[in-house]
Amino acid sequence: MKEDIVLTMRGICKVFPGVMALNGVDFTLRKGEIHALMGENGAGKSTLIKVLTGVYPKDAGEIRVDGVDEAITIRSPQEAQSYGISTVYQEISLCPNLTVAENMFIGRTRGGTVNWKAMEKRAGELLDSLGIPARPRQQLSNCSLAVQQMVAIARAVDTECKVLILDEPTSSLDDKEVEMLFRLMRDLKARGVGIIFVTHFLEQVYEVSDRITVLRNGELVGEYEVEKLPQVQLVAMMIGRELENLSVIRKENPAGAAKKEVRYEARQLSSTESRPFDFYIGKGEVNGFTGLLGSGRSESVRAIFGADPVTGGEVKMEGKKARITKPLDAMKNGIGYLPEDRKRDGIIADLSVRDNIILALQVLRGMGHPISRAKAEAFADEYIKALGIKTASTDTPIGSLSGGNQQKVILARWLLTHPKYLILDEPTRGIDVGTKTEIQKLVLKLAEEGMSVTFISSEIEEMLRTCSRLIVMRDRNIVGELTGDELTQSHVMHTIAGGGGDSE
Amino acid sequence: MNNRKRKAGGLSKYSQLLVPLIAILVLVIFNLIRDPGFFSVGLTTNNNGDPVLQGNLISILNGASELVILSMGMTLVTAACGGQDISVGALAAIAGSVFVKVLKSGGGSISPLLVLGGFLMCCAVAMVFGAFNGSLVAFFNIQPMIATLILFTCGRSIAYWINGGATPTVSSPIINAVGSFIPGIPIPTPILIVLLMGGLFALLFRFTTLGLYIQAVGINQSAARLNGINAVGIKLLSFVILGVCCAVAGMIGVSRLGLINHETLLINIEMDAILAVAIGGNNLGGGKFKMIGSVLGAYAIQALTITLYAMKVPSTDVKAYKAVVIVLLVVMGSPVVKEAADRFTKRIRAARRSDTGKEAA
Repeated sequence: MKEDIVLTMRGICKVFPGVMALNGVDFTLRKGEIHALMGENGAGKSTLIKVLTGVYPKDAGEIRVDGVDEAITIRSPQEAQSYGISTVYQEISLCPNLTVAENMFIGRTRGGTVNWKAMEKRAGELLDSLGIPARPRQQLSNCSLAVQQMVAIARAVDTECKVLILDEPTSSLDDKEVEMLFRLMRDLKARGVGIIFVTHFLEQVYEVSDRITVLRNGELVGEYEVEKLPQVQLVAMMIGRELENLSVIRKENPAGAAKKEVRYEARQLSSTESRPFDFYIGKGEVNGFTGLLGSGRSESVRAIFGADPVTGGEVKMEGKKARITKPLDAMKNGIGYLPEDRKRDGIIADLSVRDNIILALQVLRGMGHPISRAKAEAFADEYIKALGIKTASTDTPIGSLSGGNQQKVILARWLLTHPKYLILDEPTRGIDVGTKTEIQKLVLKLAEEGMSVTFISSEIEEMLRTCSRLIVMRDRNIVGELTGDELTQSHVMHTIAGGGGDSE
Repeated sequence: MNNRKRKAGGLSKYSQLLVPLIAILVLVIFNLIRDPGFFSVGLTTNNNGDPVLQGNLISILNGASELVILSMGMTLVTAACGGQDISVGALAAIAGSVFVKVLKSGGGSISPLLVLGGFLMCCAVAMVFGAFNGSLVAFFNIQPMIATLILFTCGRSIAYWINGGATPTVSSPIINAVGSFIPGIPIPTPILIVLLMGGLFALLFRFTTLGLYIQAVGINQSAARLNGINAVGIKLLSFVILGVCCAVAGMIGVSRLGLINHETLLINIEMDAILAVAIGGNNLGGGKFKMIGSVLGAYAIQALTITLYAMKVPSTDVKAYKAVVIVLLVVMGSPVVKEAADRFTKRIRAARRSDTGKEAA
């Protein structure tokens, strides 16, 4: 192994039933570098990390670390730690009710006895040397999230750490706290620790990293030095399109760009999860929110539907002021919402397809006006036929259907309420290609009939095919709005990437 | 083929009732073998000269009344909140005390109007306590068993205060009619009250969407909320309804004895009520429910108790014998056994199909 390399992974494969999660991935980490691991959801980042830390056994490939002459097998996180590989996870896994010092040494004391004084002294030294603003005897829950994160890092690096894995460490920190964390990371880097930095914030990657490894669909796309990889190219690689052949996508113009009548309008709308934003949609218009995962696109539409507590802003429905603070308000105003996470927010798994289809309409009609069994059966049959839902009967629990068919049931649920404005957040995620096309066609047909539709998809191509206006988000802010000729894949990517592109 | 599939689906919908039905069936057969006349019902006259039905069957149906009513309400709380209310016995004692307090306020003469007022009053009080439990669960997201532990602990003390520590008796033909027989009707009144409650629930499920909402909230609260269902309200409502059930059970309990004993009234019944829900095949983690399952479960428990008493098992030992049977029932209803049974029936079906295939060939 070369002098400055602390970790090499070669040809790592990991198979889950029916899925190749990692396919021959290589990864190299040098001494004293911050190495960003990038990729969209399902690219294999977390699987790779879990293989490295011994959570999953690898199916093929080899791992070598500095100081050990042969390839190693890591069977558990404890074993990973003995090789000098430490991880700090996204959710802080410390005990908030213990002190900072206790948290740093818990589980690492020998033989069940504790020398409290020595422990606190050692903790104090470590905190000082890393510049972490916390006292050893302070209760952890009294520290800010950033400091808690840093304590977790201090705990990790105290154990002869050569490789430090930071899995989305910044997702719940504000800008100042991120700065603090970055200072610590640079400090550790100067001490020769190799840091693997997993994040989806592009700007942060460029601020702090030396090198980037990009994964896509479980395969290695490449390893690059940060200076040599423009932001827009990184986005293209993550999403998986080459810039050259982007603009050739056919332009059968999406529905109704010219229709003027505004159906829904929001001014400075904000929720507990989203920053204030302005937004409108016309009658018969299909528009979309785009941006990388975590850019705030889902949070924005959730604010529109009142899915998260609304904290401010003004909303107008067809010109009239409307008060939408909870889902039922939105539904009464004729808004429907197909959530991003079908399992968590969409299906009622044990209930029948029939009950799942009529649910929203039933709620709109009110508790005292149940839909009769015969009518429910008729509604269900109608939409099972119209959308081609494959189910044994209307009585089948929705949980036993395939993903695509579940999604169609949820779609049917909202179509049955005849909404004026339908929000579809990732309606095509995790479903087969045929169903994807069907759903896109349906969206265009609904818009032609006058329905307004907001469409969100990770696949930009899909959005370009359906939307006449794209609102681009980055790092939780709207950074652009594209219409007409601007609706090309390269343009969208430049706007998403920002900075290095030509649109800012 | 298609037809058969639908039929199978229809049957499997009721498969959760299998365990309580088998339990009842086994108890019936066991008793009939032991004593062929065990379930014979006879018509006699009581002290007042009215014709009344008597027999073990009647005592099972009659004695189970409070448990059946409580397990109805418990089913709803379980389904909506994924947890159980352990304060139902204590709350029934409070309701019973309020009932007696109102009756006593008449100064000796108990008019029908006073009884009605007492009933309404004890319902109202029980609903308030139910709402208290419910708001701890729904607003503060406290686990139901912990939330109701509070009332479980202090409920009987509250009942004690209501009547100033006394255990007053009430005697009146009306109370007697509620607790035992209405003159001229040979069926014990508690059985009639159970039928009435069952009818009310049937109407509630028929003419409102309560059942659907409770199941939706219990299965996936987040999705239910995003479909406009007030999940907090539904959980609260389930506790308020259980409160009414407690009031009715408390009133029956008081009327049977003609007195309120806050320490012993429906003591330990919460565990039987939870057990009834479980034996009825309902998931104690919430979600889909069948109230009829809990009702059958409650009758099975009571049948077991009466059987044991009929076998002259000392009352101190009854609980131990009951535990043995309950272990069997619960294991029988467990997912592991169910899956094994499914595999078994599938294998038999497959074998039969290959047989008929051979014959055809």
